[in-house]
Amino acid sequence: MSKWTEARARTPLVSVRNIDVTFGNGRNAFKAVDNVSFDIYRGETFGLVGESGSGKTTIGRAIIRINKVSAGDILYEGKRISGKIDRECDREVIRNIQMIFQDPMASLNERAKIDYIISEGLMSVNHGMSAAERKEKVEQALLDVGLLPEFASRFPHEFSGGQRQRIGIARCLVMNPSFIIADEPISALDVSIRAQVLNLLSRLQQERGLTYLFIAHDLSVMRFITNRIAVIYKGVIVELAETEELFRHPLHPYTKVLLSAVPVPNPRVERKKKVLVYDPGCHHYSDGERPVWAEVVPGHFVRGSERELDAYSEERDK
Amino acid sequence: MENREIILSVKNLNVRFSLRGKSLHAIRGVSLDVFKGESLAIVGESGSGKSVLTKNFIGLLDKNGRIDSGEILYAGMDLAKFTTEKEWAKIRGKKIAMVMQDPMTSLNPLKTIGWQISEALILNRGMKRAEAKAAAIDILKDVGINEPQRRYRQYPHEFSGGMRQRVVIAIAVACGPEILICDEPTTALDVTIQSQILGLIKTLCRKYEMTTIYITHDLGVVANVADRIAVMYAGDIVEIGTADEVFFNPQHPYTWALLSSLPQLGEKGKELYSIKGTPPKLFGVIKGDAFAPRNPQALKIDYLVRPPYFEVSPTHKARTWLLDPRAPKIEPPEIIKRLHDLEQEGEAGEADE
Repeated sequence: MSKWTEARARTPLVSVRNIDVTFGNGRNAFKAVDNVSFDIYRGETFGLVGESGSGKTTIGRAIIRINKVSAGDILYEGKRISGKIDRECDREVIRNIQMIFQDPMASLNERAKIDYIISEGLMSVNHGMSAAERKEKVEQALLDVGLLPEFASRFPHEFSGGQRQRIGIARCLVMNPSFIIADEPISALDVSIRAQVLNLLSRLQQERGLTYLFIAHDLSVMRFITNRIAVIYKGVIVELAETEELFRHPLHPYTKVLLSAVPVPNPRVERKKKVLVYDPGCHHYSDGERPVWAEVVPGHFVRGSERELDAYSEERDK
Repeated sequence: MENREIILSVKNLNVRFSLRGKSLHAIRGVSLDVFKGESLAIVGESGSGKSVLTKNFIGLLDKNGRIDSGEILYAGMDLAKFTTEKEWAKIRGKKIAMVMQDPMTSLNPLKTIGWQISEALILNRGMKRAEAKAAAIDILKDVGINEPQRRYRQYPHEFSGGMRQRVVIAIAVACGPEILICDEPTTALDVTIQSQILGLIKTLCRKYEMTTIYITHDLGVVANVADRIAVMYAGDIVEIGTADEVFFNPQHPYTWALLSSLPQLGEKGKELYSIKGTPPKLFGVIKGDAFAPRNPQALKIDYLVRPPYFEVSPTHKARTWLLDPRAPKIEPPEIIKRLHDLEQEGEAGEADE
């Protein structure tokens, strides 16, 4: 039984149901996310891949309630967390869902000590916490990410990029979340530091049974860390499959383009490489032909018109 | 590769920075020959000195830095001796140009794209404004920007990241430099855009017969563009060779470590290899091999004496005692051999010749 079927037997932790996110209004309205749906199962790492401007970060921000959804629902453990929700529920969301940001140089308050940065969320949720308890939690969080407890009294500028990203992760962990949205957590880091942060994230996942939504544009990292991947283009999800399935049998032309652009650390392969360019006009949809979201083989979804879907499933069976 | 014309030669260069009263030895005796028409990649972690090294070539070293000793020979001149802006004005932009990392910050947001390209042409080539405009539009077309006439009048904020980087490249190649230095040209960009920009730089270099020096920490980028690769660690080149030699027959333990930590080589569910510890502080003197403290297989001599370069082939040399005939035989990690088998994702098998 593959990992995917196992995952399916479980209940989704987060469900995104037909959400739209629109910025601006009236004539200036811009739909950044268009009718997106997917489920994230407990304990898995779900990857969201797309180029900049595709809306992948917006989806992450919609789940954590930074961006409002204009249509559709987001469910967390079966409860709706999008739109208007009561205070109690809001607090639950804050405690259970945390985010790791892309740029560790920009996401830490330069004027606050590490102690404050890590415990800020804790204090806002739990007002009656004693100083001793807070200190203990901060120290534990620092130890969990492989930093020393005495770092708590320092300022962010005293740390390197990799250490800062660890502080960002500690800030998430201290809330004891069950779901973490990692928005390009390693793209601002050096290759050697990347490995350290990735190892840390997967160790924490095993120890605590965390669920990740991993947002990135770099597919080479995604293959290593995710269980399932959704490919998003201009606010629309075009393909979703288990990671290995997607890498072995990409069906949608845009997925193929993304895969062809992945740098391979092998000069002989790279020199011969042809990079494809995605042309949205390549589908040649005739009048009345609408692309739909369909399952080609179990667990492998792709967007296409009926004509294309037939071609895709033929291609897949080859 | 042999008997090729050397366009730029660095000889035993030492650069120091004074930082809060202390002296930081950023470049520790680097020697490097750059051949005409080649594309050389300098790879290393942040802080390894790869940017500092190349900034010396165009006189953009920070104010608190100075060249301690050594020579940078280019066209019969020693760039290390240059002191005044007047001297640099003859080289910078005209002969040696640079593409900076972040296209968001290297353009002036208050001036139109056209103005910024023409500025370079007017200053360096002495063109009249109308003449410069025509030339600038040609260059914009050259770097793959559609509707150059309209784009000429636009401001940087009207361009996407990839387009902005194309403009930066346009400015750099506008004056027909002999050497183009690209400092992490694609780090701020998406993978799809990255491959387009790298392709563009490659085509332009072939077209204008430029020599390129890439600075990057991403070995994936390097495999695509480099003829030769120099690996830098703690202000020193620890290994240099052709791309194939460095990828398929690496000699220095640091190169091994760098290659092993590539996520492409990782196996799902297992730990990725990561280099333990942190790079050494460059204040004070480093004894022996700078990588020894992070190298679990370091020899005793690595802590005592700095290794000289050992030649592996006429184009490949490395600074490690492992190549000494007296050294014990230490095999490179298994994982690196997997590099041979890596193929392009999704299109495996099609690459056969």
